[in-house]
Amino acid sequence: MSVTPLRGTAAPAEAAARRDAPARLEIRDLSVVYASRQGNVKALDRLSLSVGDGEFVAVLGPSGCGKSTLLKIVSGLLRPSGGQVVLGGRPVVGPRPDVGIVFQQPTLLPWKTVLDNVLVPIRALRRPVAEYQDKAMDLLRLTGLERFAGHYPNELSGGMQQRVAVARGLIHDPALLLMDEPFAALDAMTRERMTAELQAIWMKTGKSVVFITHSIPEAVFLADRVVVLSERPGRLLETIEIDLPRPRRAQTLGEPRFAALCNRLRAFFSVDGHAQ
Amino acid sequence: MAETLKTYGLPVVTFVVVIALWEASLDWFGIPAYLLPRPGAVLSAMQQAYFGGTIWIHVWATLQAMLGGFVLGCSFALLAGGLVAEFRTVERLVYPYVIALQSMPKVALAPLLIVWLGFGIASKVVLVALICFFPMFVNVVVGLRSANPDLVDLYRACSASRWHLFVNVKLPSAASAIFAGLQVALVLALLGAVVGEFVASQRGLGNLIQASSLNFDVATMFASIFTLAIIGVTASSLVRFAHRRIVFWDGSGRRTATTTTTAETA
Repeated sequence: MSVTPLRGTAAPAEAAARRDAPARLEIRDLSVVYASRQGNVKALDRLSLSVGDGEFVAVLGPSGCGKSTLLKIVSGLLRPSGGQVVLGGRPVVGPRPDVGIVFQQPTLLPWKTVLDNVLVPIRALRRPVAEYQDKAMDLLRLTGLERFAGHYPNELSGGMQQRVAVARGLIHDPALLLMDEPFAALDAMTRERMTAELQAIWMKTGKSVVFITHSIPEAVFLADRVVVLSERPGRLLETIEIDLPRPRRAQTLGEPRFAALCNRLRAFFSVDGHAQ
Repeated sequence: MAETLKTYGLPVVTFVVVIALWEASLDWFGIPAYLLPRPGAVLSAMQQAYFGGTIWIHVWATLQAMLGGFVLGCSFALLAGGLVAEFRTVERLVYPYVIALQSMPKVALAPLLIVWLGFGIASKVVLVALICFFPMFVNVVVGLRSANPDLVDLYRACSASRWHLFVNVKLPSAASAIFAGLQVALVLALLGAVVGEFVASQRGLGNLIQASSLNFDVATMFASIFTLAIIGVTASSLVRFAHRRIVFWDGSGRRTATTTTTAETA
């Protein structure tokens, strides 16, 4: 997909401006302890993290570092054992309409059309559906799916289904989009294309994004900042600014600066894949 | 076109071969007609029963018991399954007993039900309802629990009401399992109706079979059995048709009766 420069070739300074913008999301000393049969399991350990308004933050960590737990807490589905999450200036104490979620699997309703799937959050939030029809079509256009509005999900490829899920995550105009390894289930080629498309969508919509991933190149390609978490219990190991100019393109992947950043991140994961 | 011919033609071949073997074996082994009547005799008994009108009162009685009990049992199962799947407390209160009762042969209750409810239709309806309840109940609970947890999270993150979530996600997610339950329940419903009529009844195909047995009227017995088979096949096809139409997004409806529970619950 060709990406037209939407904000001009964004200078690193712009990324810095997003980082220093008033925090959209503020996570302070977050701890989560689960009770399980083997006793208490600590999933997150005094994690602090902030995401600026319009900033794209990738969270990178090994399996079981509590990334999905983090997502559930930010979306208000789970109460933390300690610490606080502040979103848009107000503490998160329950589900909030200013958060959009995209999961690893598309998780669409197979009995509803693409358009109705995009409108799912609107119906659940008890907002008037009629007012969002145009917005839904705009989002389908943005994700290149306007011709498929009346189709059912099982008539679509995996990549197209995930695009529907992205449109659904954005329909209620949340200030923060949470993405939990959204491209992990896709094949490598689709994944690469989707990554570029997500960058374009993000640049157009200007949402704050928390993007959870296992993939180092994906994190570096997309993010303004990459946050590295340790193995369970998840602690913050390092934050790395990604100062590559935007929009990043396929060639970006071949640049020495890109490789250097990937290597820096790779150093946090030893050969057997465990964070030190 | 050749495929269509094979699909519909080959079962006809089987039918013709079986009838021919039936006819021939009577002569080969010298089986007397009071044990196994000739196909022609069965056909004429069926003709007489259908066109003479003697069988319809029995067909109607059996259908009433079967469908009445089916609707009653499945409705209760849907309600109870919904409550158990949704409310942890209800589950803890009733689930162990439901599972225990499931392994009990419900037909053993038939004589008791007749003592309580009499020889009429009521005892059969209740017996059929009891038999239908369990496979349906288990499928409803399993189906409602099979909803994708991420979808449930998505709805919860949008502050959806419990009812909204139930109607929009859980119930459609359970649709396939519910239809599989209906399919099993329907087969068992017919079985329950006939067993109930065997035990004590004034009419019904089960009653007709027993009465014919006492008179050594084997042809009528066969006619009744074929009629039961026709009822069973027709009812199953209707449920399968509804499954395909209603749960259009699910591929398994296209195959034959899919069951998540076993049919041996009766």
